[in-house]
Amino acid sequence: MSDIIRRMKDLPSTHLLGTGTPMCSGCGALEALHQIYDVLGEKTVFVNAAGCMTLLSAYPFTPFRGSWLYTAMASAPAGAQGVRDALDILLQQGRLPSADDLQVVVLTGDGSAYGMGMSATSGALDRDLDFIYICYDNEGYGNTGQQYSSATPHGAATATSRGSRGYPGYKKDLFSIWAAHRPSYVATVIGSEPLDLAKKIEKARDMKGPRMIIALSPCPTGWDYDPRDSVEIGKLAVKTGVWPLKEYVNGQVVHTRIPRERPPVQDYLRRQGRFSHLFQAGQEPSLVDDIQQRVDDYWKEVV
Amino acid sequence: MAATLLTGNVAAAWGARLARVDYIPAFPITPQTEIIETLGGWLDGGDMEGRMVTLESEHSMLTAAGAAAATGVRVFSATSSQGLLHAMEMIYTVAGWRAPFVLVNVSRGLSAPITLEADHNDVLAARDSGFLQIHCADCQEVVDGILMAYRLAEDPTVRLPVMVNLDGFYLSFTREPVNLPDPAAASEFLPPFDPGMIRFAASAPASQAVAVLGGSPYSYFRYETHLAAQRAVTVYSGIAAEFRARFGRDRGVVEAYRCDDAEVVFYMIGSFATKAREAVDRLRDAGHRVGLLRPRLLRPYPADIIADALQGVQGVAVIDQNLSMGQGGVLHTELCAALYGRPQAPVVLASFIGGLGGREIAPEEFYQMAAVTREAVATGRTPPPRLLYTEDELREIRKLQSIALVERDETSPIRERQQHTGGRDEA
Repeated sequence: MSDIIRRMKDLPSTHLLGTGTPMCSGCGALEALHQIYDVLGEKTVFVNAAGCMTLLSAYPFTPFRGSWLYTAMASAPAGAQGVRDALDILLQQGRLPSADDLQVVVLTGDGSAYGMGMSATSGALDRDLDFIYICYDNEGYGNTGQQYSSATPHGAATATSRGSRGYPGYKKDLFSIWAAHRPSYVATVIGSEPLDLAKKIEKARDMKGPRMIIALSPCPTGWDYDPRDSVEIGKLAVKTGVWPLKEYVNGQVVHTRIPRERPPVQDYLRRQGRFSHLFQAGQEPSLVDDIQQRVDDYWKEVV
Repeated sequence: MAATLLTGNVAAAWGARLARVDYIPAFPITPQTEIIETLGGWLDGGDMEGRMVTLESEHSMLTAAGAAAATGVRVFSATSSQGLLHAMEMIYTVAGWRAPFVLVNVSRGLSAPITLEADHNDVLAARDSGFLQIHCADCQEVVDGILMAYRLAEDPTVRLPVMVNLDGFYLSFTREPVNLPDPAAASEFLPPFDPGMIRFAASAPASQAVAVLGGSPYSYFRYETHLAAQRAVTVYSGIAAEFRARFGRDRGVVEAYRCDDAEVVFYMIGSFATKAREAVDRLRDAGHRVGLLRPRLLRPYPADIIADALQGVQGVAVIDQNLSMGQGGVLHTELCAALYGRPQAPVVLASFIGGLGGREIAPEEFYQMAAVTREAVATGRTPPPRLLYTEDELREIRKLQSIALVERDETSPIRERQQHTGGRDEA
């Protein structure tokens, strides 16, 4: 696991996360988690907040070879603080051999990361907590039936934004909010780009301090598309420029993939039922244009 | 060791220090802050081993406390009032984790209206959580209670978090002579925490606090927690016996003061019980057979021990320093439930609400409550619940209301508008 990942053939060939979980078929979050776990390995304790992934460990089953602690929706980073501090105390007192140390990994959805858990996350970043935070971002409160959250993109239909213009707000820029705390590392990833994902997780794994990962997680049930399309939709999110792959390290934001030729965002939007109202007859085209404009504006500043 | 003058807060800090706690997740709230300031000072000065971390909320503080205890270290924390309520989700959660640690609550009335002084609505809001509760009446009990609380929490047959309660201001900021146990004696009484297999280590992966699907496994784990809490009565009694043998102080499940031949008994918790003790002496001087029964252990609820202590008592004046809105006093309700159907239970359980937000309960009020209860025994009619409030207090509140009315009338924008429009309110 210490080999540096440079190309596809360097990706781990042993898959550590067990199968048979209750996640939906085509779950983009589970796709990312599989790849992340292969890199992080089993000497980990996952500290979880309420969300889809909470159901991974349901008594008496767990797909993890390592450890797990479910906390609550708002305070997984505080749980990580308690575990990390306790491990450090035990190591310092000689009550825990260093071989028994664990990487502490927070695992939450966007509902917790972008909203209820933000205060606890900010606190953990203030305290320079040595941990990894994985946010699987399916752009809504997915586990309760995809109500909109502050991670929901503009115009998306959700269970609580069913009108002709969808969700009126704009997706919150969690990457920048996290980066403003100047942690060791922040990165965006997606399961459909496994090499980019593995490189970043490997980099995060070998650092100290707060290492923050946001994984855009295509969600067949919440985004309304056929589960077989998850990888394709994930790739389109990157190609169209909707989901920039980037990292923050040493005070700099670096894009790890700059799509020179960006297909129009509608190639991505049209594949998902949550945006179908944008393309219905009679719908003014301004919403799609608005989404395209914002993506163009973003990349104009990058390149 | 000679007695030292300590506030209840510093006594609580000493309890944690003598317990050799490893980890202190903290968050400041009046009137608890002196506890964490004292511990922080000792840690900074090298007087004490361990690590303190200030979280960004009590919700996070309780999460970190439970998580650290679940990882295998000895944890201490402290809060009060709004902080306890802010953490309430995690109070229930970490009890369900069976994470053994000690949380001091410095009782303070709940908002609204927001206030600072003591009553017990805060700690009683946690009564159904799975946290065990030890209630202190003086500063010595705070030190002793914390040491005993760790023994209770960490007992392998119990393994639950324990709350030690002291009243804000009346104990937190009141200096009393305290005999601090010798550190070596404290260590002998309280050996290091052995988490057993319930911890996190790479060579022994564990899943803690996982979800369950369906009511059956849920019920099983909830019943387990309840049964563990119930076992804690016996376990506590054993710890108290050992404590008495080592340190010479009686810290039994209940304090029964002059109850043996009593006709009427005051029943209450916390520091105001020391006022009741004084009233008992005065009433005894006047020839009345009056006593005081004060549970130290309120969770688990020691129903049998309380019923035994009240055998032969005719009337109980239950003094609740809390108020369940629309219902009444929590201690009264629970005492009724514990005694109902028992032969030789007291005939009268009279309910009195007093001491909310630190309101004084005067000696005359204790005499009056005893008289009302005695009268009820004589007539066989239980009086309606009483909300203690004097005519003087009512007069004072009327004065405040008068000021408030004047201020409102003088400064109200409606009044100004009325003046501008010649008295006509255009709205």
